[in-house]
Amino acid sequence: MGKVAIIGVGQSSFVRQYPGSVRELAFEGFKDALNDAHITTADIDASVICSAPEYDKQRSPAGIFAEYLGLNPQPTFYVESLCSSSSMGVRLAYSLVESGLHDAVAVVGFQKMSEISSAESQERMGRGADIQWESPFGTMMPAYYAMYATAHMDKYGTKPEDLAAIRVKASTYGQINDKAVYRKQVTHEMFSDPESVMAGPVAAPLRVGDCCANADGSSCVIVASEKKARALCKKPVWILGVGAATASVNLAGRDLFTGLQAAKLAAENAYKMAGIGPKDVDVAEVHDCFTIAEMMAYENLGFAEPGGGKELIQSKETYKEGSIPVNVDGGLLSKGHPIGATGGSQIRTIVLQLRGEAGDMQVKDPGIGLVHNIGGVGLYGNVTILGR
Amino acid sequence: MGKKEIDDRFKKFGTVSFTATTRVNDFITNLESGKVTGTQCNGCGIKFFPPRADCHKCLTTDMTWFDVDGNGKLITYSTLKYGPQGFEGDLPYSIAVLDYGDYKVFGRIADGIDVDELKIGMEMTAAVNTLPNGQLNYVFKKA
Repeated sequence: MGKVAIIGVGQSSFVRQYPGSVRELAFEGFKDALNDAHITTADIDASVICSAPEYDKQRSPAGIFAEYLGLNPQPTFYVESLCSSSSMGVRLAYSLVESGLHDAVAVVGFQKMSEISSAESQERMGRGADIQWESPFGTMMPAYYAMYATAHMDKYGTKPEDLAAIRVKASTYGQINDKAVYRKQVTHEMFSDPESVMAGPVAAPLRVGDCCANADGSSCVIVASEKKARALCKKPVWILGVGAATASVNLAGRDLFTGLQAAKLAAENAYKMAGIGPKDVDVAEVHDCFTIAEMMAYENLGFAEPGGGKELIQSKETYKEGSIPVNVDGGLLSKGHPIGATGGSQIRTIVLQLRGEAGDMQVKDPGIGLVHNIGGVGLYGNVTILGR
Repeated sequence: MGKKEIDDRFKKFGTVSFTATTRVNDFITNLESGKVTGTQCNGCGIKFFPPRADCHKCLTTDMTWFDVDGNGKLITYSTLKYGPQGFEGDLPYSIAVLDYGDYKVFGRIADGIDVDELKIGMEMTAAVNTLPNGQLNYVFKKA
């Protein structure tokens, strides 16, 4: 089995309302990756375009992007798995390269959340679940994750303050990430101040501060064969493991309510493929669409025992200086969550970390990094392990 | 020749229904007669809630309706302070999952139950409910 590398990464700034079209937005992340890799479009022989289509006005965006990115006549693929679309895109690119079908694939993730009106977005959010059996009850993403928070608090004694601590950490790093949409510090005091927007109730026990920041953005990861990587790249980062799994959409079909089964299985698969365990991971990016999601990720990835996530954040072990730094780029909570771009942005952060190019966010000399990217409420789980 | 009539009974389900046609439309007729129901495969005996028209194990459509009766245990819940478009009039409301042993049921907590009265593990029961807009759903009441 040949090795597969990442030879370039890029992303746009994550912003509240991108003042351009989706193809222009995608171009920003793509250009950043080409510049990072010091290559041209002639070096790329296929593209994988990733987004959650319910936000797109453009039908079949892969075609229009291949044209705008200068990637005609190379073939293009479209990948969708909600918020984990671009991790799934990298999984596809891995298989395309490993099979020998292609030798350099650009995985472009994008989402312009502001492409549709707020009312349209509300309507789509109501359908972010089993539309036949759950949505008619009035479900929303925060409420689903809140149900996991309720169960986690009941079983393990996790407190709202433990979840708030995750947001405080995210904001610490969002401030030093110039690509992040939310650049201000969030404090514990804000969560206990009824006047603060952060303390506003959304779906109990989750508050505004427990929810990630919406954003428009794009990301790009260039995946290449070992031969191509050795020829083109001074510091290739190797894909050591790709794990993926699914779970029942309807919560009635699940057995676990204090963690995400698809994340656990994806992690097991990725660790096995990479031949490593959780203790070998030096830096991680996890899918913190809500604070409880990061708490469960600590446990599902094996950084803590089930129920032990709260001690990990309380002791600040997931800060930059801790034993397992997590989301030291601000995470989805502060960097922002443009659905289809998120996985690629997480992978970009880990690639920069492994190359020692993460600037103020740099963790000390990491050798192995992990990306945990979830679609829906744990419906799609993707774990990607990278190494130098 | 008249136009073929479409069986769109499912449009009556929930505050806002997002689909009208399904091969388990009898679920709505069962709600109208006061019963919350699932399907059981006559081949392997597996009970499905929400009801399915097809058994993925036996690949059969040979199903019998069963009643969701007795008590289920509250597994988890959340109270929403914001809702999607079309649900504003229902706020605040709570969604929850009950465990009946052979199957689980996702639904809403009955209006009038104080959130402070909810406790994970408590016994609850599912009951048919008519919404103010005339739509039908089911809600969980204290057993």
